[in-house]
Amino acid sequence: AEAAELRARLRSVKHTVLVLSGKGGVGKSTFSALLAHGLAADEAKQVALLDIDICGPSIPKMMGLEGEQVHQSGSGWSPVYVEENLGVMSVGFLLSSPDDAVIWRGPKKNGLIKQFLRDVDWGEIDYLIVDTPPGTSDEHLSIVQYLSGAHIDGAVIITTPQEVSLQDVRKEINFCHKVKLPIIGVVENMSGFICPKCKNESQIFPPTTGGAEKMCQNLNVSLLGKVPLDPQIGKSCDKGQSFLSEAPESPATTSYRNIIQRIQEYCDQHHFQEEKII
Amino acid sequence: LLSFLPERSNLTGVRHILLVLSGKGGVGKSTISTQLALSLRHSGKKVGILDVDLCGPSIPRMFRVQDNNVHQCDSGWVPVFVDQDKSISLMSIGFLLEKPDDAVVWRGPKKNALIKQFVADVAWGDLDFLIVDTPPGTSDEHISTVEALRPYKPLGAILVTTPQAVSVGDVRRELTFCKKTGLRVLGIVENMSGFVCPHCSECTNIFSKGGGEELAKHAGVPFLGSVPLDPQLSQSLEEGRDFIQEFPKSSAFPALTHIAQQILDGTLQRSS
Repeated sequence: AEAAELRARLRSVKHTVLVLSGKGGVGKSTFSALLAHGLAADEAKQVALLDIDICGPSIPKMMGLEGEQVHQSGSGWSPVYVEENLGVMSVGFLLSSPDDAVIWRGPKKNGLIKQFLRDVDWGEIDYLIVDTPPGTSDEHLSIVQYLSGAHIDGAVIITTPQEVSLQDVRKEINFCHKVKLPIIGVVENMSGFICPKCKNESQIFPPTTGGAEKMCQNLNVSLLGKVPLDPQIGKSCDKGQSFLSEAPESPATTSYRNIIQRIQEYCDQHHFQEEKII
Repeated sequence: LLSFLPERSNLTGVRHILLVLSGKGGVGKSTISTQLALSLRHSGKKVGILDVDLCGPSIPRMFRVQDNNVHQCDSGWVPVFVDQDKSISLMSIGFLLEKPDDAVVWRGPKKNALIKQFVADVAWGDLDFLIVDTPPGTSDEHISTVEALRPYKPLGAILVTTPQAVSVGDVRRELTFCKKTGLRVLGIVENMSGFVCPHCSECTNIFSKGGGEELAKHAGVPFLGSVPLDPQLSQSLEEGRDFIQEFPKSSAFPALTHIAQQILDGTLQRSS
């Protein structure tokens, strides 16, 4: 009955994309926020961003929604809207103070994730983007399980170039295979830094084992793109603004936009194939 | 409830236990853990590192021992020594995986069981310091580790952040976790604090600046220092090299050794 409830709620979701990484701090939330902004630029599309990082919810701040609270209505919880066509849900909205810690074990976290899927009144959505914490544990198993009634287009996996990251990301790719989650592709973030003064490039996170490119070749997954470091990215996230709007000329913006387009194309193809089958 | 402290346990010979925490992922907990261990080793101390990040164990590779196996002895698991000196020993789930790419897809209860074992069943012997490296967050691993270590009265926790607000926001929650669990905060480290271009020496604050220092002030805890982004440090971690030994002139060296010195000074204060 619960599964049926979830299926019913998620019937109105056309495309679902999970943003994953085995590794922390590689830019999952940053990417999720920009993907949401990028997709919502088309005002005809309805976009939803769900943040299931229960212990470290970054999305409210990145979307400029810190301090917002969730409202209940007859039809469930209302997402918090950034734009008319871009709604957000995060545990961050349920906490009353920025110092509040969510010190929960797995089962309680799973319960909240289920509530997020079952009780949030998203309405009709074209894209549901799910931002996750690093790892391969409760949150990841649960989201795949709860979304099994709906249709997940696939996962976008974020990494940085160095082996310390890649070794965790390979585990995440294995996780996806284990739970039969299609992989849309990999994004290599923090891929080089161009000094604003002398324009020389430094590899702050060196791709000592060939970076994401080599890993993708070896594991037969798509490399969606590489995004360089840009100090404006962190600044925009801290201010809660879209980096894509704040720095339209940045090479990082170009990379992000190309990646977002590829994801859109992947989802559209999928939809088309599904319709053909039916 | 009185916790039963056995007369002789595997942690009896460990003088000081400290945890490295952060609410935020990817800020450099494992980096700080390893560099702290190396600095303490260079001050003549015997150090162990317990890596309780079960999903993303980074520590073995940072010492180039990722292909090692662990063995059992009468008192439990024998930790992996990083060199013949036996001055740094490690335990990590990384050593228990059959293949390095194997994902540990466990829910909380299974993680908790292994952490309890890691805390109780590693035959550390005599150590000056046991550093416990953790995954990001305030969940199963953290709750279980703190509970299991409580009878052994840890020295406290070092919290690592990067300068920007998004990180600091998560680390504030970690401070609350420490308060709620009675874990003393030894101080905050602001990592990835500025990058000096090796070509022209221009400093760029890629991840902003100052957030960690401000947080320490706001929370009334010691500020242990700012560590800059240092490609030689990243490279050393990739290759499992001893950065402290090999790159004393590199930009991150002063800050890292200063952190270790403050920890050492703190333990002297504590015993006197």
